[in-house]
Amino acid sequence: MTRFVLQRIGGALLVLLALSVLIHVLFYFAPGDPARLACGERCNPQQIAQVREQLGLNESAVAQYLHFLQGLVAGRDYSAGAGQALHCDAPCLGFSYQTDQQVTGLILTRLPATLSLALGALAIWLLVGVGTGLLSALRRGGITERLLTVLTLAGTGTPVFILGLLLLMAVCAYLQWLPFPTYVPLTEDPEQWAWNLLLPWLTLGLFESAKYARLTRSSTLEALAEDHIRTFRAYGVGERALVTRHAVRGAVAPVIALSAVDFGTMIGGAVLTESLFGIPGLGKTLIDAVRVVDLPVVVGVVLAIGAAVVVAGAIADLLYAAADRRVALA
Amino acid sequence: MTQALVEVAGLVVDFPVGGAGDHVRAVDGVSFTLRAGRALGIVGESGSGKSTVAAALLGLHRGTGARLAGTVRVGGTDVSAATPAELRRLRGGTAAMVFQDPLSSLDPYLAIGDQIAEVHRIHSGASRRAARARAVEVLDRVGIADAVRRSRARPHEFSGGMRQRALIAMALACEPRLLIADEPTTALDVTVQAQILDLLHGLREERGLGLLLVTHDVGVAAESVDELLVMRDGAAVERGPVASVLTAPAEPYTRELLAAVPRLDGPRRSRSGHPDPAPRTPGPDAPVVEAVGLRREFGRRGRRVAAVAGVSLAVRAGETLGIVGESGSGKSTLGRMLVGLLEPDSGQVRHGGVPATGITGGVQMVFQDPVSSLNPRRSVGESIADPLRAAGERDTAALRARVGELLERVGLEAGHYDRYPHEFSGGQRQRVGIARALAPRPRLIVCDEPVSALDVTTQAQVTALLAELQRESGIALVFIAHDLAVVRQVSDRVAVMRAGEIVEEGPVDEVYDRPAHPYTRQLLAAVPELDPALAAERRSSRQEAYATA
Repeated sequence: MTRFVLQRIGGALLVLLALSVLIHVLFYFAPGDPARLACGERCNPQQIAQVREQLGLNESAVAQYLHFLQGLVAGRDYSAGAGQALHCDAPCLGFSYQTDQQVTGLILTRLPATLSLALGALAIWLLVGVGTGLLSALRRGGITERLLTVLTLAGTGTPVFILGLLLLMAVCAYLQWLPFPTYVPLTEDPEQWAWNLLLPWLTLGLFESAKYARLTRSSTLEALAEDHIRTFRAYGVGERALVTRHAVRGAVAPVIALSAVDFGTMIGGAVLTESLFGIPGLGKTLIDAVRVVDLPVVVGVVLAIGAAVVVAGAIADLLYAAADRRVALA
Repeated sequence: MTQALVEVAGLVVDFPVGGAGDHVRAVDGVSFTLRAGRALGIVGESGSGKSTVAAALLGLHRGTGARLAGTVRVGGTDVSAATPAELRRLRGGTAAMVFQDPLSSLDPYLAIGDQIAEVHRIHSGASRRAARARAVEVLDRVGIADAVRRSRARPHEFSGGMRQRALIAMALACEPRLLIADEPTTALDVTVQAQILDLLHGLREERGLGLLLVTHDVGVAAESVDELLVMRDGAAVERGPVASVLTAPAEPYTRELLAAVPRLDGPRRSRSGHPDPAPRTPGPDAPVVEAVGLRREFGRRGRRVAAVAGVSLAVRAGETLGIVGESGSGKSTLGRMLVGLLEPDSGQVRHGGVPATGITGGVQMVFQDPVSSLNPRRSVGESIADPLRAAGERDTAALRARVGELLERVGLEAGHYDRYPHEFSGGQRQRVGIARALAPRPRLIVCDEPVSALDVTTQAQVTALLAELQRESGIALVFIAHDLAVVRQVSDRVAVMRAGEIVEEGPVDEVYDRPAHPYTRQLLAAVPELDPALAAERRSSRQEAYATA
């Protein structure tokens, strides 16, 4: 177990290191002068040269990357002109060109909103998606299954922003059951947090549910065709117990694996939902930063997303091994 | 008059195929009865409908779309008219089934004791704790040592034989009156098979269980049943007391089937065309293949296992070396190294006295599974032409001509070039595999379990073909198999493998008639005997051996 955790952490660090090299290469070849971008529109050449000096952009690409790593591990100082230094604590991801805010701090302030959204959506797709899939596997051949098939097909076919818009129009504009959502942090007011996130959760959760319903249905049917199910059927075990006690264990493995990947991607990839409902999350931050070429923010957020995907993958492996004892953690 | 435990009359089972109400008839008017405490064996080749009959006794066809006609009564319950609740009581409570593959037949995720307890609770309504205790009790009864601790293990932590014992324990848990065993020992090694059959026999005597044994192996049935039902193409061919069916079969098909069963003391098939079985004198030339101190390990650091641990052998032209051993003995690994599919960790393979380098046309292989060893998306002609193309032949007309010749040589037609593997039966596919091996005119063919996936009548045809090819062209054969009787039929010399080593090697008659190594004797004693009287004798001597051990 300890060995597994250590190996996974080692692997995760390697993946993140490779990712950071890749982004820096892109960064280095990106069009435009970072110093000009960082300085702003109305800078004269002297000011630009000063900014370039401050940001260490005169150094070689390799030296810049090593300084970046040093900042991550030990923090670093940026010269702020006139012999003054601007200190950035580890883990330092630099300062935003736009707001001069520390990127690390920026990510930390945006993370709660994204996590709130992703965790809620995860709960919904595990509940609705897996539930629907199991139900249609149990009632195969019946009217229930056909109805569920139509619904899930419609679900997979509807783009997430259309689903979100429809929900928004129906619930907030037409029925007026809820006010238009604005993000309220959990720490401020848990009740308002939940009410305001309800629609985003439903949008993202239902959208994903369709996929999970199909996955659960097919993997449950596959599991039901296995030999050991036949054994228990031949010993008088009822159909419901066959599904809930024996087939489900085989069926959840792909659900766990895919959920981990989806959850990880959602940390930075739920841009459409975040934009639609005005949630100040990481995905929205990333897109905004890309639009104005705020490179330190892009690098920081991409690394954060990478870390989320890797961690979610490791958790999935642990759950996998817990569900199936044959899987050796090594 | 006691009521019969099982009554089957005019059973017909149709399976739907495709759409439009088409169907195939799997079982066609089978009738039999089985009284409590008696044992009936159903034997037949694949596709004869024997497993379908077994499944029909438990109503397992319900909801699958199969159509049944005729009556099936088990323990007084009319299976086709039973309500779902009655059916659930019947399944496990009155009649319990033991399946073929003990690995896939148990839930891989749950502890074995919990699985047995679950089944027991359904039928007895016992408490969780009492059901768990019962599971330990039955596991102990079927000979699982340290049953309390082992009941917490998952199936993958059990060996094949132990898993089959666990399945039998599950069957016992609910005190059924009938045991239905569908090929219960087919996936097991011969020594383990003997133990399982002895266990079933003992349980039957102890509890007065009725037994319905479905098997393709006449020898297995001979040891274990009172009555025999021979099936072919869904119909019952012959039925009677086991001794009379086996010793004086009335029907031509039964005679044909029995004649095809390889016997330890049967005629040597490779000599069928040679009435004079004079032992060949090895020529002065170098052996076709020679292995010196071969060793191969698998597994990662710390858990490395030597699959082959220092094996030396030599095969000369025109000679057949049989290699027998149980699963895991290293015989397939050895075969692969002889052909060059695997590199030995140490030791050397020499072809014609020269150290072998990689795979050459001079040494070919025939694989066990004729289904998966042919590419399903390419015609058989293309598959046979592959080694010729690899050898540099480019002329399409010449390729076609040579492949046609090869197809005819193995008993197929030259016109079969453009057909695909699924259009052939198992035996025909194995013929294609042999034609492919013959294509580059090899001096040696290594056959790895070439007939173990085939029915006995097909088996006999394929081994006869191999012997004929050898007589004609003088190629050397290495014949790897777990079936001792088949190996005796086809081999000149035999090597017995165990745990990666050859424990005994010599001329086939010598090894079989005067085995020097205790393991060889153990293997030979475990081979099922076709004569029921002799089988009973063997069983009692084995049981004495268990008692003293």
